[in-house]
Amino acid sequence: MGVNEDNLNNFPGEVYKDETGKANFMVTNIDKLANWARSNSLWPLTFGTSCCAIEMMSTASAKYDWSRFGFEVARATPRQADLIIVAGTICKKMAPVLQRLYNQMPNPKYVIAMGACAISGGPFYYYSYTVVKGVDTIIPVDVYIPGCPPRPEALLEGMIALQTKIKKSRAYVVDSPKNEKE
Amino acid sequence: MSNEQLKAYLEITFPTCKLENTIDFPVLIVEKNLLFATMLQLKENPTTLFDFLFCQTAVDYLSRFELVYHLTSTTFRHDLVVKVILEDRDNAEVASVYNLWNASELYENELFDLFGIRFTNHPNLRRIMLGSEWPGYPLRKDYTDVNILIP
Repeated sequence: MGVNEDNLNNFPGEVYKDETGKANFMVTNIDKLANWARSNSLWPLTFGTSCCAIEMMSTASAKYDWSRFGFEVARATPRQADLIIVAGTICKKMAPVLQRLYNQMPNPKYVIAMGACAISGGPFYYYSYTVVKGVDTIIPVDVYIPGCPPRPEALLEGMIALQTKIKKSRAYVVDSPKNEKE
Repeated sequence: MSNEQLKAYLEITFPTCKLENTIDFPVLIVEKNLLFATMLQLKENPTTLFDFLFCQTAVDYLSRFELVYHLTSTTFRHDLVVKVILEDRDNAEVASVYNLWNASELYENELFDLFGIRFTNHPNLRRIMLGSEWPGYPLRKDYTDVNILIP
């Protein structure tokens, strides 16, 4: 019983085969292994506030099918999601809700700012008393995708860029913040 | 009733009110103090029966507010615009028509929220779109805000 190599999607490490040609054991380090798993199973939160959300739904559906890259399990609760795609305008009344959703997500968590509104306020940048001028004023953003709205291909490109970013990051931080009393 | 018949009827019934015409609706300009009585008559009178308020809004002309009511009758299918001019812009206050059309509860909340027009006898006048601590009334022409960017 070996692992069929076709199922190893760009495994970051060395794969050793036995005499039958199947992979028998693999050598890698834990950072790479964790990043490989995390980046290929990102669970997005279903969060859309305007027209970008339509493009996001289109990306999820059969024609563009983001399941091909490991995003298929869109979650309706932040407790089970590790990626939030800010798809649409964030107004001042929505901002605390977005902030709370972000805080409720378990670590590690990633944010994609999709479209002009999420990046800077977009068409509502001037003369607007309601729109938050860039979602990065509320929560940290990993990937920005320009467009109004971006095409599904652009969203996929951004999500793949996020995967690349995750693969290059440190999966485990050794010196995590300690409790002051200890 | 057709628009011409309605205009002729309104001219006779409300001789003190000014009548105007737009492309689609006749416009009746009502005194602020007579608003509720006029509306009540328009709604209850069996020849008009305006039983549906389908839009209520306001326009800021910097010297005055104009309240605009769009009425229609589900029985006769005729429409009418009623306008009220509020000269005192800082203390704009007018009678609520909530007792005639319940739909006006949310319209009047919105007008209070964005224009700062107060409605007497409204059951629950509050801000519905902005937070309750919001300073000022954003749809007024002279509204300013430190966060608004102007190129």
